[in-house]
Amino acid sequence: MVKPTDILKEEPILEVRNLQTSFFTEKFEVKAVDGVNFAVPKGKTLGIVGESGSGKSITSLSILRLIQNPGKIIGGEILFKGENLLDKSEAQMRRVRGNEISMIFQEPMTSLNPVYTVGQQISESYRIHQNIGKKEAMLRSIDMLKLVGIPSPEQRVKQYPHELSGGMRQRVMIAMALACDPELLIADEPTTALDVTIQAQILELMKELQQRLGMSIVMITHDLGVVAETCDYVAVMYMGKVVEYAKVADLFKNPKHPYTVGLLNSLPRHDIDLGDEELTVIKGSVPSPDNMPKGCRFAPRCPFASEICVEQLPDLEQSEDGNQIRCWIYTDEWDGDPEVKVNG
Amino acid sequence: MREEINNGAAIAKAAPNPSFVKLASVWKKLRRSYSAMIGGGLVLIFILIAYVGPYFTPYGPREQNVINKLALPSSEHLLGTDHLGRDIFSRIIHGMSITLEVGFVSVVIGLIIGVFLGIIAGYYGGRIDTIIMRFMDILLAFPGILLAMAIVSVLGPAIVNVIIAVGIFSVPVFARIVRGSTLAVRKLEYIDAIRSLGASDARIIFKHILPNVTSPLIVQATLSVATSILTASGLSFLGLGAQPPTPEWGAMLSDGRAYMYDSAHVATIPGVAIVIVVLAFNLFGDGLRDALDPKMKN
Repeated sequence: MVKPTDILKEEPILEVRNLQTSFFTEKFEVKAVDGVNFAVPKGKTLGIVGESGSGKSITSLSILRLIQNPGKIIGGEILFKGENLLDKSEAQMRRVRGNEISMIFQEPMTSLNPVYTVGQQISESYRIHQNIGKKEAMLRSIDMLKLVGIPSPEQRVKQYPHELSGGMRQRVMIAMALACDPELLIADEPTTALDVTIQAQILELMKELQQRLGMSIVMITHDLGVVAETCDYVAVMYMGKVVEYAKVADLFKNPKHPYTVGLLNSLPRHDIDLGDEELTVIKGSVPSPDNMPKGCRFAPRCPFASEICVEQLPDLEQSEDGNQIRCWIYTDEWDGDPEVKVNG
Repeated sequence: MREEINNGAAIAKAAPNPSFVKLASVWKKLRRSYSAMIGGGLVLIFILIAYVGPYFTPYGPREQNVINKLALPSSEHLLGTDHLGRDIFSRIIHGMSITLEVGFVSVVIGLIIGVFLGIIAGYYGGRIDTIIMRFMDILLAFPGILLAMAIVSVLGPAIVNVIIAVGIFSVPVFARIVRGSTLAVRKLEYIDAIRSLGASDARIIFKHILPNVTSPLIVQATLSVATSILTASGLSFLGLGAQPPTPEWGAMLSDGRAYMYDSAHVATIPGVAIVIVVLAFNLFGDGLRDALDPKMKN
């Protein structure tokens, strides 16, 4: 069994081992996150990609232990700076949230409380974690707004969220999350709801802040463009499992898992003229979670699937370039075409 | 399954957009609504009468003149006299403050307990929710006046106990409204966001959810004042509330009942007074609802 830290060149700040989060309905259990392994390097960015329902958001909420009924973390370890967050009490966890690990959300339109001014909301971070007065918190909030590049912050702190644009609100969200100088920022699709031009600005801002503050980032996204732009490592998730975990350059140059290859092929590329041909798509759709395939989760949609893929679930294994992959093709047990070329 | 249906209905009924409604725009809409202006104006006048009026009444509320009993309205006694020769006009004015206080205080009691229970039920859900809301259902299953009577008969007949009884009787209404709005609000991303910053449950509930569920509450509180006044008067009418010679309207109505055939005004006038006050609160509440509901533009 490979360790998620094997791939990193840097020290890990966060290591997730065999994380399992399930949702329980009256009749059955839905394994939203099923044995996820990855590590986040200090001061670098890990991307988690996958389509809707692959469990990436649930993974991020699990790290902060924000999963609510009927969901439950049922197994694994989340090691933050060597300590298992799953062993902490709720009160200890509250001191971690916002202070050491922060999170920003997808929808800037609904992520701010409509009844408080921007300044009051950023102040909340300080009021929760630091014993400082209202005035001092407000002054620091102004500094934070300056840091995230909001013009005339002295006026902006007095405005309500509905008076700001989407991009501005996302900047405010970032300011709130970074107020207490966390070491790890989890960004759950931070740019999905924004215009393309604003997306670029927000990503640029996050990169700049990362260099300035030296924090690590977990970037959750379904946009491979965002991954290429911002991440150092990437974990590709499919149906609650990591299928490929690699350095970003390797993943784009030499994708190994058929799912990753499918994702990349379904993107338009500027260096290849498709002519009249259409973009390739991954055939089929994600199976419903109550009808989980027995073997490899991707087998029903995989163009290379052979007998063993349908029957048995492969493990995450180290490939020859040091990355990690969950696919029978790269193992000795492979019973299909020995000459198969996944990314040819 | 039934629970799910209930939840769905509650979410649909809760404030559709629990966003901050600016005071200025509320005032603007209120001013355009006749019912709100008339109702609100009357409520203000009543409050003024209740606290200033007693200094200017021609007679004291307990001043008897047995020779001139059951007199019809005249220049001497504006609204006539009752069976003990007491001036009805003076008694109505003195009773105004009792009526309003019973209405307001009992609603405040119901509001505080109801909001607390409702927000806890809505926020935590699960078993806590089931226990609290089933208990509220039991309270709601009793006819209001019957429940209040039961409580007063345990506590003993007095105006304070009427206030407590009517307060308890309005708890479930507030609990339901707040629970519904809380269910809608707690799913919103800003609650997740504040939780991810390390806020405690108490902070989330009272600082971030409560301000977002207030607008349906303001409306319900206003309408509840009217209901509470009716129930309290009803209890006093039955002899369970204010005791003679307190100039409470329900009790006055009860006193006048015996003289209905010969001197109808003794019972009618307190009744009309109750109707007008209740109507004023209802008008104001309806107008407020229109002004605070973001779906009703213009």
